[in-house]
Amino acid sequence: MSMITVLGLLPLVGVLALTFLKRDNVLAAKQVALATSVLVALAGIFMAVQFESDRPGFQFTESREWIPAFGINYSVGVDGISLLLILLAVILVPIVILAGWDESEGGRWSAKTFYILILVLETMMIGVFAATDVFLFYVFFEAMLIPVYFLIGGYGTGERIAAAVKFLLYSLFGGLLMLASIIGLYVLSGDQIGRTFDITKLSQLQMSSTTENLLFLGFFIAFAIKAPLWPVHTWLPDAARSATPGTSVLLLGVLDKVGTFGMIRYCLEIFPNASKTFTPLIITLAVISIIYGAFLAIGQKEILRLIAFTSISHFGFIVMGIFAMTSQGHSGANLYMINHGFSTAALFLISGWMIKRRGSGTIADFGGLQRVTPVLAWSFFIAGLSGLALPGLSSFVSEFLVLVGTYTRYPVAAVIGTLGIILAALYILIPVQRALHGPTTPGNENLPDMNLREKIAIAPVMVAIIALGFYPKPALDVINPVAKATITKAGFTDPAPTIKEGGER
Amino acid sequence: MTFTSPSLDYIALMPMIIVFAGAIIGVIVEAFVRGSMRRFVQSLLTPATLLIALFQVIANRDVVTPTAAVNSVIIDGPAHLAQGVILILSLIGLLFILDVDSFAPQAAALPGSEEEKRAIAVGRQQTEVFPLLLFSVAGMMLFTASSDLITLFVALEVLSLPLYLMAGLSRKRRLFSQESALKYFLLGAYSSAFFIFGAAFVYGFAGSVNFSAIREAVVGGYANDVILLIGIVFISVGLLFKVGAVPFHAWTPDVYQGAPTPITGFMAAVTKVAAFVAMLRIFYTVFDGNVWQWQPILTGVAIITMIVGSVVAIAQRDVKRMLAYSSIAHAGFLLTGVIAFNKSGLESTLFYLFVYGVATLGAFGIITLIQDSQGEVTDLNRWAGLGKRSPVIASLFTLFLLSFAGIPLTSGFIGKFSIFSAAYEGGVTSVVIVGVLTSAIAAFFYIRVVVLMFFQDPSDSTVSVTLPTLRSSIGVWSAAIVTVALGVLPTSTLSFITDLAIFAR
Repeated sequence: MSMITVLGLLPLVGVLALTFLKRDNVLAAKQVALATSVLVALAGIFMAVQFESDRPGFQFTESREWIPAFGINYSVGVDGISLLLILLAVILVPIVILAGWDESEGGRWSAKTFYILILVLETMMIGVFAATDVFLFYVFFEAMLIPVYFLIGGYGTGERIAAAVKFLLYSLFGGLLMLASIIGLYVLSGDQIGRTFDITKLSQLQMSSTTENLLFLGFFIAFAIKAPLWPVHTWLPDAARSATPGTSVLLLGVLDKVGTFGMIRYCLEIFPNASKTFTPLIITLAVISIIYGAFLAIGQKEILRLIAFTSISHFGFIVMGIFAMTSQGHSGANLYMINHGFSTAALFLISGWMIKRRGSGTIADFGGLQRVTPVLAWSFFIAGLSGLALPGLSSFVSEFLVLVGTYTRYPVAAVIGTLGIILAALYILIPVQRALHGPTTPGNENLPDMNLREKIAIAPVMVAIIALGFYPKPALDVINPVAKATITKAGFTDPAPTIKEGGER
Repeated sequence: MTFTSPSLDYIALMPMIIVFAGAIIGVIVEAFVRGSMRRFVQSLLTPATLLIALFQVIANRDVVTPTAAVNSVIIDGPAHLAQGVILILSLIGLLFILDVDSFAPQAAALPGSEEEKRAIAVGRQQTEVFPLLLFSVAGMMLFTASSDLITLFVALEVLSLPLYLMAGLSRKRRLFSQESALKYFLLGAYSSAFFIFGAAFVYGFAGSVNFSAIREAVVGGYANDVILLIGIVFISVGLLFKVGAVPFHAWTPDVYQGAPTPITGFMAAVTKVAAFVAMLRIFYTVFDGNVWQWQPILTGVAIITMIVGSVVAIAQRDVKRMLAYSSIAHAGFLLTGVIAFNKSGLESTLFYLFVYGVATLGAFGIITLIQDSQGEVTDLNRWAGLGKRSPVIASLFTLFLLSFAGIPLTSGFIGKFSIFSAAYEGGVTSVVIVGVLTSAIAAFFYIRVVVLMFFQDPSDSTVSVTLPTLRSSIGVWSAAIVTVALGVLPTSTLSFITDLAIFAR
């Protein structure tokens, strides 16, 4: 049994333990969930340490027959990118549990159910990144929706049910389009190389350009909904506002990365020509997302919606980096996925604490927090600065790489995208100014500052933000070989500065 | 002209003979056994008959003979599979039929009359339903194994007439039930007329009602094609009526709603098996020579069936009507397997029929449990908050809905995947795309029920879940176990089907 399988099964052990707990034993449920997730995180780190970044291909692989009649295997394995995303997931889960210690209470169902859902979700997050069989990936991709749906609908606030349904229907719609494409791949593979869903074998399929384009679109639309790209993003702000901050962290920080991850792993590898064909369109959508997300973020009155829109802008950067088809752009996009995970986690968790203390999510209700709750305010500030990609904080490196990588091939897109950075300063600094500075708004005088539990929860995130900002090398070492390999496999070479762009066409 | 005495292969025919014999014994029981004892005797006789027949089918599984009863009955792998599925589904359905008092005390008495009151007073319940059920099952088994048009027609009538009667036997809301039975009967009679009319045309074309003779004539193509086409169209009308495909679906919602719920489940699950296997046999082995003629027609029917079924279901406020429209949509999905016209089409349709049937029985079985003082509650608004009062029942119902919606890790997903990939393989991409899109629409109304049950507060306290008796529990739980097991580990079932699913000619 591969280590990934063990890692994926560990949270389920916690689920098993939770099912034996009494419904009203809330504290025990929390402890079991936290202990399990910390254990998973340690196991994940242990796995990451053993990973050899210079070895090509998948590592920790395991393959067993699952449904041989359809050529479906249980195949898992990680490359540098999926390893980092799994690591991100297993690190964020205990943080989310600790940070949102009370999120599980006051929901529609017991705390026990909340943690069962979280841990099941963790298993699925590990599975979705580790799967090297397209069918297995799809199973995790779809099944993942169910726990999130219940987490939003059962434990969120406000219009949580509508938000949960909207999230689910959007995702199901995309998923079903992807299913149509998967069926197409399956039939093609049956004609050419024998029924299989193995990702490396599928990338050798021969397709007519119409078929390839259509199948590509099935995958891409599903991923674009997931990673939300303009114009299929509208479910995200609602979901982010209604979900608990912890759920939002997992949703935006990890789950939505499945979209961008899928673009790299599936769209580029299986459909290199179609990716080439659609690149101009996708780059355009990405640029629109960057600018649109940023503008709407500036206009938001609620913190959580604001963070959601900044994420749409950031996902625009990631997608632009992916489809720039340069190794720098790719490295940047991959690193961005990790960085965005941490900085969004920080923003959501801290805003969640602010909202809980104040009882309101409207930015105007805050003010002068810096004096009342200095630690909280400063943490928010740092997280915000990371969100606007200040040099020295993690997002800067990735955003820079994306822009440089894009510029060599699509200078116009890169230039417009750069405007996003300026807008980012606005959308972060305006709420920082309104919420943290200025006179203390009446009613805020007695807000308590962060307690020890919250400090412990946020510390690893802050460390990651700063460490990855100053010293991104370990992450990049893991990412770069994969990024190069993906670009080469998709049939691209980094443009040398002297050669005219797109000469082959 | 010499006369040869008919040779009957009794072993091959044994399962059908057993069920017919059981039905006849059931009628004798009705005539000669004391009223108070009838129910008890029938409740032993009926399951015993079905079980013995099932064992006989299993024992017969390798028997292949195209001339089981002269040239009228063909026993081959698909016939065994279909008969086995019919018997298994009937057994599960029987658990619900046996269980609750769904049936009129005295069907012949006018609703509200003195006679009826007397019948209620002495605690009578119509037990004719059991022999009727057996006749219907026997007719269905013959329907899947007929190899000439006359036998097919006789089987159609044998399976239909008991169904018309059973639809009118509801204990509560008797007028409504009788109305639905009359509708079903009148429209069914029309469709039978269409069928026999089409058979006459085909006879005119081929000079024979025997399947292999018709096939030779079709392949030889020495007669008037228009006559053949008219024949095919009219025969298809008869068959499409039975499965409730648009535009022959108008009876479905009314009959599903009016009939006693256990009978509705039986109709939805088992009748489909018989009708689809007969359809597969006709289109795959009789009219395979002119696939180019019927394939476009059926494609049109499938597309419009899927669209109408899933769109109209959205507007339903009654759970039985909603499931009726959902069954129409599923008839459309099943038609894609017929259209596929390849071996995978046959295999996947058989698999789909089984898993859909099991989930349908489970779902209707649960509906029988949701009651108020007046009987079953089918108004969806009154299902609100069911998850709070009886989480287990609501979760099981959710499982069946998720299977209908085709969410991974349920059997419905494997069914959908296999049937769509068969259609794709068969080159009918249009139905696959429509199928996938309508699945997304269908997801909406399934999810809405989940929202009602879990996320809304109970609107009235008069609705309660009756405690399921042992029989109902076995029925619901076995349906749930099959739904999950075939969603996670379908391999052995699939390969079993693959080995057997070869039409003999």
